[in-house]
Amino acid sequence: MEEEKIHPIQKFMDNIWLLLALGIAVPSLSYTFWGLAEIYSLAKGILP
Amino acid sequence: MSTETIKKSAYRVCETTGLNIFKKAEFFTKANAVLAVIFLLIGGIAALTLALTRWSNVMLLDDVWYYRMITLHGTNMLVFWIIFFEMAILYFASTTLLNTEVFSKALGYISLVLMSVGAIMTNYIILDGQADVMLTSYPPLQAHPLFYLGIILFAVGALVVCFNFFATLYKAKKNKTYEGSMPLVTFGATTAAIIAVVALLHGAAALIPTYFWSMGWAEMMDPGAYRLLWWGLGHHSQQINVAAMVSVWYFIATLSTGAKPLNETVCRGAFILYILFINLAAAHHLLVDPGLSSEWKIWNTSYAMYLAVLASMIHGYTVPASMEVAMRRKGYNKGIFGWFAKLPWKDPGFSAVALSAIIFGFIGGITGVTLGTEQINIMAHNTLRIPGHFHATVVGGTSLAFMGLCYYLVPLIFQKDFYLKKLARIQPWLFGGGIVIMSFGMSFAGTYGVPRRLYDSDFSGANLETGFDSIAHIFLGVLGVGGVIAFTGLLLFIGLIVAAVFFGPSLKGKRMPTWQSEREQKMTDELISKGYEVEGEDYHAKTPGTIGLVIIFLLSFAIYYFANWAALTDLWHIG
Repeated sequence: MEEEKIHPIQKFMDNIWLLLALGIAVPSLSYTFWGLAEIYSLAKGILP
Repeated sequence: MSTETIKKSAYRVCETTGLNIFKKAEFFTKANAVLAVIFLLIGGIAALTLALTRWSNVMLLDDVWYYRMITLHGTNMLVFWIIFFEMAILYFASTTLLNTEVFSKALGYISLVLMSVGAIMTNYIILDGQADVMLTSYPPLQAHPLFYLGIILFAVGALVVCFNFFATLYKAKKNKTYEGSMPLVTFGATTAAIIAVVALLHGAAALIPTYFWSMGWAEMMDPGAYRLLWWGLGHHSQQINVAAMVSVWYFIATLSTGAKPLNETVCRGAFILYILFINLAAAHHLLVDPGLSSEWKIWNTSYAMYLAVLASMIHGYTVPASMEVAMRRKGYNKGIFGWFAKLPWKDPGFSAVALSAIIFGFIGGITGVTLGTEQINIMAHNTLRIPGHFHATVVGGTSLAFMGLCYYLVPLIFQKDFYLKKLARIQPWLFGGGIVIMSFGMSFAGTYGVPRRLYDSDFSGANLETGFDSIAHIFLGVLGVGGVIAFTGLLLFIGLIVAAVFFGPSLKGKRMPTWQSEREQKMTDELISKGYEVEGEDYHAKTPGTIGLVIIFLLSFAIYYFANWAALTDLWHIG
């Protein structure tokens, strides 16, 4: 029997592993790594 | 068709929905839900004491107990109650809705033990007075090591549930226990689980080094980095709530009105926007942190995050629109809002979910997007406006939706009926009404500059003249009154649930008693059983009532948003 064709967007939506990977990657890059890079690149404050 | 061989003794068929309830998963759903309600009670008692302390004419607690209770309240409400309940949803959504048994019973027990021990340990050490650091526990504030260890154990347990959830999804797909794509409610639960993984990883990154520091094994973490990582737990975990809450909206809309999402692809697309962008909202908490650039702040809280706001607006349209279509199919076609008046308001499951959507959207959503704007945030940061916002999202939105789900969970999963149904019908209104009043009190007191997490709004004993306008104290009184009403609603909810679960009439082998009239229930059952096979007839049904609600929402949002910009120009003269 010929398999029903599934639209690529539907395939994407059904791929929970890809969604899990993207769900971890996007906020990690945009929020976490970018933010940490900014914080740790600051020069140390010196108390007067 | 399923290729999985399921023993008949492994499940029972629900008399009401016809779904298979798998016994192992049923146990873990029940256990997590019961534990959730226990921690809700602890957090609720702490909430009452806080409301009666911020009410400046009462000031129930002294300063030490105020900060102890705020720690207890935040930890139990934002972590233990809500995540235990979400774990119950994950077990239900991955088994009953996919027609499969849970992947591992052993992992279920391990997670239950880890989460319970962690929650008890944390509560003990807070009440013992060794962790007056509030939920955020920002260094250099330091708590007893067991405070951090308790939360770490809880988080590891929750991660184990997420692993069990994904393994169950994999098993169901491999065994073809369902056809096509997974149901929308399970997809929403998957969204919640993905967000949970991100949140719990951030929690580990913030709290494990802090635990080592509290043990004297490591240096204190950089406070800026800690804040960034901690909010990756603190705010991300509230986004688990949003995804789980929206799933509950869809689920209860179907059960109570026979609604079906208008376009599943659009709804799934909105959940994917949550997966990708909603976690960026944690940056709102860092909008006045000096170590982060404006580029980072604006990108994370505006441009990218608005895609998640778009997702909420999609759900905010599709849920009521699907109900409008269902109600019009039942024949309620009078005028634009005739269907709205005929919704099953006497069903506490429905009314809780409907109020949840209204409070979440109209109060929580509008204030959240506005306060999350970097320029406006400078007026509101660390004032009571912020708790005024998040009590509308997390409590009026999520907790109320979860309460609504309990009105179905008890008869369908615990197979018990409620006593005092008239009281059950008013409970969501009492709780939701109390939260709205409290949220208004907080928000308006906050507009006068009253800080959040502050014991004494008058700064008694200060050398300089301080304090706030008397009107601010009136709003603190409104906060207190709202808190008392909400606590009454919470106590009523717990009383009804405990009475039903432990002493309620058995419903084994029976259908769930309807909250609606027999005629209404029959029409709802027909819609659920038939679905929308004749897609051409109703698929493009018009939804003028929901469009009307959307216009009211957008106008409210525009007025509130620009009023805040106007307030900013008063505060910050340019030119």
